[in-house]
Amino acid sequence: MSGKIDDSVREFAKAIGPIGPVAVEGGKTRWNLKGLPSPQTRILNAPSGAIFHKPEEMIVVVKAGTTVAELHNHLKAQGQRTSLPDRGGTVGGAIAVGENDLNVLGKGRVRDAVLQLRYISAEGEIITCGAPVVKNVSGFNLHKLMVGAFGTLGLIAEATLRTNPIPTASKWLTASSKNPKEIFDSLYKPAAVLWDGETIWVHLEGHKPDLENQQQILSKISHFEEVEGAPGLPRYRWSLPPSDLNHVDRTDTGNFIASIGVGTLWADRPQPPKTIDPVSSEVTKTLKHQFDPVGRLNPGRKI
Amino acid sequence: MNNTVSILELIKQKLNNRKLSANPLVAELQKALSRDRVLEEEEERLLHSKDESVFEGGLAGPVCFPITTDEVQAIMRIAQRHECPVVPRGAGSGLAGGAIPLGAPIVIAMTEMKKIIEVDIDNRIAWVEPGVINLELSEYLRPMGFHYAPDPSSQQICTIGGNVANNSGGPHCLAEGVTDTHVLALEVVLPGGQTAQFGGIDPEPEGLDLRGAFIGSEGTLGITTKIAVRLTPNPEAVKTILISFPTMRTAAETVSAVVADGIIPAAMEAMDQRTVEVVESHIPAGYPTDAGAVLLVEVEGLSDGVEIDAERICEIAEQHQALDIRIAQNSWQREALWKGRKSAFGASTYIAPNYYLHDTVVPRSQLADVLDQVNELAAEHDLMIMNVFHAGDGNLHPLLLFDAEEEGTIERVHKVAAEIVKISLRAGGVLSGEHGIGIEKQEFMTDLFSDEDLNHQNRLRSSFDPQCLINPGKVLPTGHSCADIQTLKEQPEGIWV
Repeated sequence: MSGKIDDSVREFAKAIGPIGPVAVEGGKTRWNLKGLPSPQTRILNAPSGAIFHKPEEMIVVVKAGTTVAELHNHLKAQGQRTSLPDRGGTVGGAIAVGENDLNVLGKGRVRDAVLQLRYISAEGEIITCGAPVVKNVSGFNLHKLMVGAFGTLGLIAEATLRTNPIPTASKWLTASSKNPKEIFDSLYKPAAVLWDGETIWVHLEGHKPDLENQQQILSKISHFEEVEGAPGLPRYRWSLPPSDLNHVDRTDTGNFIASIGVGTLWADRPQPPKTIDPVSSEVTKTLKHQFDPVGRLNPGRKI
Repeated sequence: MNNTVSILELIKQKLNNRKLSANPLVAELQKALSRDRVLEEEEERLLHSKDESVFEGGLAGPVCFPITTDEVQAIMRIAQRHECPVVPRGAGSGLAGGAIPLGAPIVIAMTEMKKIIEVDIDNRIAWVEPGVINLELSEYLRPMGFHYAPDPSSQQICTIGGNVANNSGGPHCLAEGVTDTHVLALEVVLPGGQTAQFGGIDPEPEGLDLRGAFIGSEGTLGITTKIAVRLTPNPEAVKTILISFPTMRTAAETVSAVVADGIIPAAMEAMDQRTVEVVESHIPAGYPTDAGAVLLVEVEGLSDGVEIDAERICEIAEQHQALDIRIAQNSWQREALWKGRKSAFGASTYIAPNYYLHDTVVPRSQLADVLDQVNELAAEHDLMIMNVFHAGDGNLHPLLLFDAEEEGTIERVHKVAAEIVKISLRAGGVLSGEHGIGIEKQEFMTDLFSDEDLNHQNRLRSSFDPQCLINPGKVLPTGHSCADIQTLKEQPEGIWV
């Protein structure tokens, strides 16, 4: 079997049990997304505690209730990090929501970082999916399905995540720009390129001499200055095809920050509701019924 | 060329002028497609009853070659009406029996859906049909400044659709990730014939990640008809390093040390001495035959960083008793070094007529111990073994060489293969890193997962395919799959004709 199950995971499963509406609270940074849990729902906390990091294997085993900040502080001592977003909140919450970090081009997507999950089923059982190795095609990818499922199919107790080395150098640069695409296309794998319609921010990561060379390329396009970090982000998160961000209409979005080459946009106004095709919607309903027949996991949240 | 075309046209016309099959199922399929693209001759069925593995299944039923999504939908609707299972397949290069028909299902060969539909540089994606050959896609994209990152060793023949089914890897997936990282959206046809799009080209598509659940499901959830792949920019610089070591242990320890040092090379491939000897005897690539093991390491990216990483890797290798270090000085030398690695499996056929290529993953730190045990095991059972594998991600590929004509050999091979799985699991590893479960390893799934875990995997499978019509009898072990129903409905021989 896939490793020993920790006592804290067993206790979490016991607390969830097989009966009654139940949800898990993390840092509540995204608590309102997809609707609030119904009033009678029991709200629990996922386990937290010991972090098992194996730098030479590029994996870390962490409980879902551990904060991402605590995890990343722990990994930093060994020169590594994960793809989870540094925006507050817990590991379990970050996986359940599935939002990527601002620096997704450099750090990778959350869904690619999740190697194994232990979650508690609607029947109160401990389910293990995926495996604690960086490459694995053994069976169905339930762990992929759980990323961004908002705890509606199972409640995450523990995750094994892929880690990556923290690059040796990092630099944020900014300049005024009307042509973010030109800047994005001139760079080789930047960590982030953000644009608000007037100003562009570029995050470069890697070896110092490479960063200097990339900076030189940028200086031929515009006058870039070094800054501390990313600009503040508007409240609402949009997800669009990357090419849509080259010409954003402020009448739709209000003020915005666009992640060029990614397709994420933070705006003053919410994104109009997106539709899912009816067949995918039907499969989603069937999955929900299969995994949570009585609808006790995060009732009220609509996926 | 014109003559060839006209002969093919004549054959096609001849086939299409024939009467519809006497078998109602085949006749219906022929009406939905065309007579020349629904074949029922025994030689065609035999041809589509095998993959590249040593496993035997049943004899394929009618073999269909759809060319549009509508045709795939039509096949699925006919299959459902007739309650006949289907097995989708790409190039048939799988090594775990995933595309082998069990019983006499309809085989849907996706090889004629082979168009690169659109390259969208602005969104850095390409939409392709599932029959596009992996290498051909990368070669098509390279002049535009991009490539498709996953590069399975079979990339000259395997299809992108097959890669999606198996979540395929390859030597360069160490840094870039496997198929799942590079496939953003899928158009799929479900068992009832409905079409859906899973995923999207935006970064966080709405709803559950059905795309993620579908990739790697070995053709058991539906049939892929269009795929949006991510374009990876070509690197500015590449450095390929061949390092020889006195033992496989020192090579494996170097791999762990490189990763622990904070370097993720694009690829880190290992070959044992026997592999090197075989390669050098038949397809010389300039590998040292006196070394116990060699590592082929590639770093890529921006020029200065590549120099820095390559230098550090060489230092680490020297600290681990490296005997010799060679760095390719030009693209010709680089290609020669890779030629040796990529020819290793083919070269094995010079020393034995048959091989069984195994695939497990173990933690990197366990590589040396596991390989010692695997080699001892092969020696105990008097089997020749070559080890050539993706050391960077702990993905072992023991290659057992044998002559199937020798009595009792196949049984010994299967026994050793089963034992290799157990050794890998004891070391904290998994059943497969890139070949999949298919029919090869489904009965080992209970060694990796509990009954409850497998029950949840079956809930996923049943949500897409409640009647278990697509590729039944694969992946999940007996007693844990909706496919058990199918085994009860096994069709008597010849019923489909």
